[in-house]
Amino acid sequence: MSEILVLVEHVEGQVKKVTLELLTLARKLGAPSAVWAGPGYTAEAQARLAEHGAEKVYVADSADIADHVVAPKAELLAQLATEKSAAAVLVAATAEAKEIAARLAIKLDAGILTDVVGIQDGMVAEHSIFGGGVNVRARVTKGLPIIAVRPNSTPVEAAAGAGAEERVSVAVSDAAKAVRVVERVKEEKGARPELTEAAIVVSGGRGVGSAENFSIIEKLADSLGAAVGASRAATDAGWYPHQFQVGQTGKTVSPQLYIAAGISGAIQHRAGMQTAKTIVAINKDPEAPIFELADFGVVGDLHQVVPQLTEEIAKRK
Amino acid sequence: MNIVVCVKQVPDTATERKLRSDDKTLDRDAADGVINELCEYAVEEALRLKEAHGGEVTVLTMGPGKATDTIRKALAMGADKAVHLVDDALHGSDALGTSYALAQTLKKIGFDLVVLGSESTDARTGVLAAMLAERLGVPQLTFSNKVEVSGETITAQRVTDYGYDRVEASLPAVVSVVEKINEPRYPSFKGIMAAKKKPVTTFGIADAEIDASQVGLANSWSEVVDFAAAPPRAAGTIVKDEGDGGVKTADFLASKKFV
Ligand SMILES: Cc1cc2nc3c(=O)[nH]c(=O)nc-3n(C[C@H](O)[C@H](O)[C@H](O)COP(=O)(O)OP(=O)(O)OC[C@H]3O[C@@H](n4cnc5c(N)ncnc54)[C@H](O)[C@@H]3O)c2cc1C
Ligand SMILES: Cc1cc2nc3c(=O)[nH]c(=O)nc-3n(C[C@H](O)[C@H](O)[C@H](O)COP(=O)(O)OP(=O)(O)OC[C@H]3O[C@@H](n4cnc5c(N)ncnc54)[C@H](O)[C@@H]3O)c2cc1C
Repeated sequence: MSEILVLVEHVEGQVKKVTLELLTLARKLGAPSAVWAGPGYTAEAQARLAEHGAEKVYVADSADIADHVVAPKAELLAQLATEKSAAAVLVAATAEAKEIAARLAIKLDAGILTDVVGIQDGMVAEHSIFGGGVNVRARVTKGLPIIAVRPNSTPVEAAAGAGAEERVSVAVSDAAKAVRVVERVKEEKGARPELTEAAIVVSGGRGVGSAENFSIIEKLADSLGAAVGASRAATDAGWYPHQFQVGQTGKTVSPQLYIAAGISGAIQHRAGMQTAKTIVAINKDPEAPIFELADFGVVGDLHQVVPQLTEEIAKRK
Repeated sequence: MNIVVCVKQVPDTATERKLRSDDKTLDRDAADGVINELCEYAVEEALRLKEAHGGEVTVLTMGPGKATDTIRKALAMGADKAVHLVDDALHGSDALGTSYALAQTLKKIGFDLVVLGSESTDARTGVLAAMLAERLGVPQLTFSNKVEVSGETITAQRVTDYGYDRVEASLPAVVSVVEKINEPRYPSFKGIMAAKKKPVTTFGIADAEIDASQVGLANSWSEVVDFAAAPPRAAGTIVKDEGDGGVKTADFLASKKFV
């Protein structure tokens, strides 16, 4: 069976859920090979990848890969795809992985499909475009398919693979080292699940009113084991850090449940959450466009409704 | 500094967007064409860099005839001149084809810095800047919420999941911007009038030395097999809070097994 390369997403040595989704998808297409680029690789990570079907685990953890953005990882994937005659490359549809895929596509003279929500036989990719309004099926016609898959679009299934580790050395070109990372600035992040990976997301907008009031959004999120999101109005106001922005120019999320509190539902916000399975809206304006999407909506003051909901959930546990 | 800002015309997101039933490409006639939102931020950043360091801002657009409206908008904001790459042979180009055509044009017109939006509202691939950097063999400083140039050195803050990375490279380079970077200016009346007289050069594929076998629908690296409107969401239940809105929401969540 031909190899399907899967670029592993990892933070502090932990494999992210989206990678397990990609491995689940890759098993249908061929023999999955996980590609670990950067620091933090451990035997635990290897085991986790193997449990989800990785037959091979390629590891490239030299400093060159960690100290420069995007380009070295594209060189690594290009080298592996060629050496192993891979049949396809799967990456997560995150900003960075899409850029890696973009450079790879040019190196290999191969087509790229972004923001894919499923892959059918014959490597036909399913996309959901225009904020979920249109479903498209597309395929690559030149070169091996390079496919960026949206997190949370495939349920994870475990299935053992050999997980054979193979160390890879890449001679990163000077051109790929042209952009140096001078400093990595980590803004505080709590113990909540990551936004794009979370099964439940609770988001607050301008209606929340202040940074302090975001604690009521966080309390509801914690009662549900959810991630916290925010509209641009809330991140622009400095009430919540920008990396939690959901929407056109923030994160695209596809959770099982999305709760929008004090968010009007502007098209740019909808573009980032419209494919959530179930949507709940709390807004004092009955005309707010978010209600057009909502499976359940409450017209009311979020400062009353949200704490009551949090309390009620605690009672029912 | 010779700054080129890449600007895309997209269908207005406020109107219903469609694909064409004949060749499955975006129906650019069905909706009003507007400047891609993030491209306004790209133009603004280019203008600020010019104001700080001198030089010239050139707008580059690949798109059909009606994309001139978008070019005029960027010129009205203050860009100096424009190049409009327009040729029927380009219709239906995918990201690889588009990046090739834009890279060829950039080589022709020259640049110290290329500025793009980080994503368009129609195709939303978010790959163009990385592709241009790869094709042009210059550094990419993408997803930036801050850009600074000092002599030949360019630094940027690249937005990440955990905060940001401060990255540094030498010019020439490709930059893409996110909307936190600035607040785009509104064109003034004077700006709008002046834009009418600013030079817009039209390029066909031959002018940019674009190989016709690398662009257009038939030569794309990917194809749309088919498409269909997504089934509409079933209308939801909307209740008015009578002091029990939280309880009712909990009931709903319980009915869906979330609690
Ligand atoms: C280039 C560009 C990119 C953008 N990208 C994004 C993006 O990625 N994500 C994004 O979200 N937006 C984005 N936007 C902005 C978008 O257009 C909207 O401005 C934004 O989503 C509005 O946020 P909001 O819904 O929180 O605020 P508003 O539109 O002001 O809505 C606030 C809502 O809260 C309700 N409310 C107020 N008080 C209460 C209360 N006490 N109880 C209950 N309800 C209350 C109001 O009725 C109102 O409906 C972008 C815009 C541009 C131009
Ligand atoms: C719904 C849809 C889905 C698509 N999916 C794919 C896909 O999966 N794979 C694929 O290869 N192609 C795809 N395409 C084709 C793609 O739209 C074009 O190749 C497009 O020109 C570049 O993609 P983008 O707009 O997403 O660029 P992005 O990378 O999202 O745009 C970023 C920036 O690039 C610049 N830019 C983009 N286009 C132009 C232009 N024409 N002129 C000047 N500057 C420009 C602008 O500064 C813009 O802000 C898709 C098209 C549509 C309509």
